[in-house]
Amino acid sequence: MKNEKVITAKNLVKRFGEFTAVDNISFDVYKGEIFGFLGANGAGKTTAMRMLCGLSIPTAGIATVAGYDVYLQNELIKKNIGYMSQKFSLYEDLTIRENIRFYAGIYGLRKERIKEKTELLLKQLHLEGEEKTLVRALPLGWKQKLAFSIAIVHDPAIVFLDEPTGGVDPITRREFWALIYEASERGITIFVTTHYMDEAEYCNRVSIMVDGRIDALDTPGNLMKNYNASSMDGVFLQLARKAIRKE
Amino acid sequence: MANNLIKSNSLQHPYARGGGKQFLIFVKKEWLHIWRDKRTLFILIFMPIVQILLYGFALTNEVKNAKIAIFDQSKDIATTAITNEIAASKYFNLIKNLHSYQDIEATFREGKIRMALVFPNEFRNNLLHTNQAQIQLIADASDPNTANTLTNYATSVINDYQQSINQNKPLPYTIKTQVRMLYNPELKGAYSFVPGVMALVLMLVCAMMTSISIVREKEIGTMEVILVSPLKPFRIIIAKTIPYLLVSMLNIGSILLLSVYALDVPIVGSLWLLLAESTLFTITSLSVGILISNTAKTQQTAQFTSLMSLFLPTLLFSGFMFPIENMPIPLQIISNIVPAKWYYIIVKSIMIKGLGFGAIWKETMILISMTLVLLGISIRNFKIRLS
Repeated sequence: MKNEKVITAKNLVKRFGEFTAVDNISFDVYKGEIFGFLGANGAGKTTAMRMLCGLSIPTAGIATVAGYDVYLQNELIKKNIGYMSQKFSLYEDLTIRENIRFYAGIYGLRKERIKEKTELLLKQLHLEGEEKTLVRALPLGWKQKLAFSIAIVHDPAIVFLDEPTGGVDPITRREFWALIYEASERGITIFVTTHYMDEAEYCNRVSIMVDGRIDALDTPGNLMKNYNASSMDGVFLQLARKAIRKE
Repeated sequence: MANNLIKSNSLQHPYARGGGKQFLIFVKKEWLHIWRDKRTLFILIFMPIVQILLYGFALTNEVKNAKIAIFDQSKDIATTAITNEIAASKYFNLIKNLHSYQDIEATFREGKIRMALVFPNEFRNNLLHTNQAQIQLIADASDPNTANTLTNYATSVINDYQQSINQNKPLPYTIKTQVRMLYNPELKGAYSFVPGVMALVLMLVCAMMTSISIVREKEIGTMEVILVSPLKPFRIIIAKTIPYLLVSMLNIGSILLLSVYALDVPIVGSLWLLLAESTLFTITSLSVGILISNTAKTQQTAQFTSLMSLFLPTLLFSGFMFPIENMPIPLQIISNIVPAKWYYIIVKSIMIKGLGFGAIWKETMILISMTLVLLGISIRNFKIRLS
């Protein structure tokens, strides 16, 4: 399993005029892996992720996602990935069921399949009987978990999570990560950006971006060993200190 | 393995290629947003009705029952006859008999009257013996239009009286003017307000609501998630406008029903042509809304931009409040880029004058071109933002 690549990036570059947001990055992500994508604000994480999601076209370099080329097979990539943005991405004025139905629907799931998925999802999140509740009425932690479950409702090959746990309490974050592990066991590759260093330790492998480059890429254990740090926090601080770019 | 994964995925997405079903799902979701927001829905449906009733009944430039006073220093048969004629007219409401010039000023200052009639001493005697008599009309010209209208009405009542006393005597030369008011014989204000309100309401509902609803998705972050989905950006935009197109059709219907049954403004020309042209203008307005949503970052900005850039120009430059011909040349040129101006001409031509497509094809072409240009710019901007 481990050696099947679902994302490859080779010398990927994105420039906005004079500014090089992403500077020649290369990495591979394997099937079922939880890949942590770290970096200070402005290091280029979001830009890199947007290129992989087909929201932005690279200036140079090669990248494939789920076996498809980011330049030419944009539409095919979109069908095979899920995405959860930094901002909370459900419709608060729609009910839980309506949100599920909408997101499953725009990925082309059939009616019976949507019904099946809805039941499964409600059960998994312990929200049975709440399907007619407006999302607005849910606590933030529940919303976040629901958003994640909806992001993978169409069983994508890869799901991109852009700082998914911002502003959530530690207990809910733990529950959120339980969902991530579950998805990864089902073979869904997780590509996650985060600010929280304890979360970085949950990842299989972590890359750390500094000034648009990937300065380190390894398992959390190896990184801590190589940088002689007792936690990912220590690793991150050593690398981030080298940054010239300010936020 | 990778291939297997992809295959199994594509099996689950039998409709992914067509996209028509996804489109409908999106429209349905958009409709739910409108439906859930009952207050906005209420405003959307009742704003046109209130507007049409307001403009139709309250904001009319016809003058009815204007309060006037008379200072009659002769009190003879002639002045009494004229006074009676004036008092009987539906335009005037005689509320006071004055007794001095100071009285006139005082009454005007209190704002009680809009016009005063002054008959000098010996009115009838002068008329009979010198063939000349004078009446003074004093009007409150702080509202120039009303002052003008009132003095015109009064003069015509006096002229009528003059003719009636001259009937027995042959006049050496007479020119009689014969006036016919085409299209709107009763000179009803509603005839020009109804098309104007239609333009205003459609422009505001469509442009403001679509721009707000698109910007809202950007603000709450759902736009990004939708853009990552297989839905095509162009279809997303179109899907967002469809519910507003339907609401607008409802508005056109309610405005037309009200104008025919409550304001007695008939639809002289073809109803279908009118509906088709209104749909075209609705699409123009929706494109304006999409364009605004491209530049606005917050819902408030979208709302503010829509109001500022649409409400006043539509009101001023459509020609329904102030005639464009009377404006300075630069403003006349500016008026040409206001879509409402062309729609106003079209509605007036069809509804009031009963003209066919032959008379309005030019205006129709202008609206179509405007729509295409607006859509072109919006879609290009939308794509630029993505890359």
